[in-house]
Amino acid sequence: MSYDIYAEKIILNYEHPHNKGILKGANTHFKEYNQVCGDEIEVYIIINNKKIKDVKFIGRGCAISMASASMITDFIKGKSIKEIEQYNGDIIKNILGIDPGPVRMKCATLSLRAIKEAIERYKIKK
Amino acid sequence: MYDVNKIREDFPILKIKVNGKKLVYFDNAATTQKPIQVINKIKYYYENYNSNIHRGIYKIAETATEKYIESKTKFAKFINAGSIEEIVYMRNTTEAINFVALAFGNEVIKEGDHILISEAEHHSNLLPWLWLAKRKKAHLDYIKLNKEKTGLDIESFKAHLEKEPKITAVFHASNVLGSINDIKYITQLAHKKNSTVLIDGAQSIPNIKIDVKDIGCDFFAASAHKMMGPAGIGILFAKKSVLDNIKPLFGGGEMVKQVNKYSCTLNDLPWRFESGTQNIEGAIGLAGAIDYINKIGINNIRKHEQNLLKYAFDKLNDINNLEVFGGNDEKNKVGIISFAINKVHPHDIAYLFDKEGIAIRAGHHCAMPVVSELSKEHSISRMSFYLYNTIEEVDAAVDAINKIKNKFNIR
Repeated sequence: MSYDIYAEKIILNYEHPHNKGILKGANTHFKEYNQVCGDEIEVYIIINNKKIKDVKFIGRGCAISMASASMITDFIKGKSIKEIEQYNGDIIKNILGIDPGPVRMKCATLSLRAIKEAIERYKIKK
Repeated sequence: MYDVNKIREDFPILKIKVNGKKLVYFDNAATTQKPIQVINKIKYYYENYNSNIHRGIYKIAETATEKYIESKTKFAKFINAGSIEEIVYMRNTTEAINFVALAFGNEVIKEGDHILISEAEHHSNLLPWLWLAKRKKAHLDYIKLNKEKTGLDIESFKAHLEKEPKITAVFHASNVLGSINDIKYITQLAHKKNSTVLIDGAQSIPNIKIDVKDIGCDFFAASAHKMMGPAGIGILFAKKSVLDNIKPLFGGGEMVKQVNKYSCTLNDLPWRFESGTQNIEGAIGLAGAIDYINKIGINNIRKHEQNLLKYAFDKLNDINNLEVFGGNDEKNKVGIISFAINKVHPHDIAYLFDKEGIAIRAGHHCAMPVVSELSKEHSISRMSFYLYNTIEEVDAAVDAINKIKNKFNIR
């Protein structure tokens, strides 16, 4: 695990994020804010057969929140929604390969919070 | 001769280390550090005459009362108010402005009236007026930023004045742009239209000589913690003629002369606005801060800030992909530099500055309308200087900017 939270992988994902944009045909979406710094991320998800078929995001924020959104959206594709519901800060650390520390953890988990809430809304709708 | 190193010795906090580096405190627009003289005044009060003011018939209560009143006398002199009758102590600038909007605004604003503020106000000089306008079905008008976005557009101000706003409330120095308004001129023009003028002095009280008689404004609001005093005490200056016609908002101890079951006689100015036990240690600390500023000389502080600004602007101008907001004319600015590094989010900048031991601020600076106007990220970085900052510290900030650019592969 890197102590420099701006590891090369983070900077790369910040500069060239994966899965950025609005997903056509999404059957759930949710926008989450980080009130401390004003970051915002909206995720669009297609859930099929209780699994993530596709996911995209739009938003603005710091390198940590944006790189995290890029990497988490890559990671959850094909995963079951049941599995994702169990995710917490530890899995974020593993995916990002850094320990953001208590304050920046809020940035790092912003996209995960949005994803979980989008899934929750999908389940309520069903 | 201005000896910054000697001044620094008065500030115990400047000796601490952050992340193994010497603290560089560049968040003075948020709050300022306290010299040992202020700390000792408060300590001495707690250790020697801590007691409640006004009615205690014993020695230490008399001392506390004297010191509380002395604090007001000092502040009145500091801003050239007529007397302490015009000085009401509050919690902070925010409370002072809210007080004016509630106690004065509620009485004078009627449906269809206009209230004039600017696009670059801090939320504390925006929300009280927005809510007042909503309560009264009045119009809230905004003076626009000038084309260069370095300050207010005076033509826009004049155009809005034609609507004869009942209240005009503007900043003296902007907490985002750093730019200074010509508040004397603004007040003169507004008064010609019979507008009552409030000046938000939060960012000018630490470093600009204030003369409320010369300015002519009706209200001037400020906070002690921005001028090396303690937090939790703010000041509302109000012209006696204006204050005399305002009813108190809060009832309680000390604000009345006599009370019977169904009526009361209000106390004199300014005491009728200070109900309940006041922030006595705050007032004593504020007096200490005024003494300290007077010892250094406020014009010397201003000059030192301008030197730091000029030095910083010269350095920052040479850096590519760096944007400075609010112009770089140090003569028209207090010690505030808001900036952005192209493609780096302000929170990453503040985080990486902290790794170098440099405290700066990132975000919307409680002035979302103007920050949204300046930045599509709705967030900018700000470093702000005060009397104890040095050229070497500016160099450290410049180094930090270059390090960040390297990390983010920016040329």
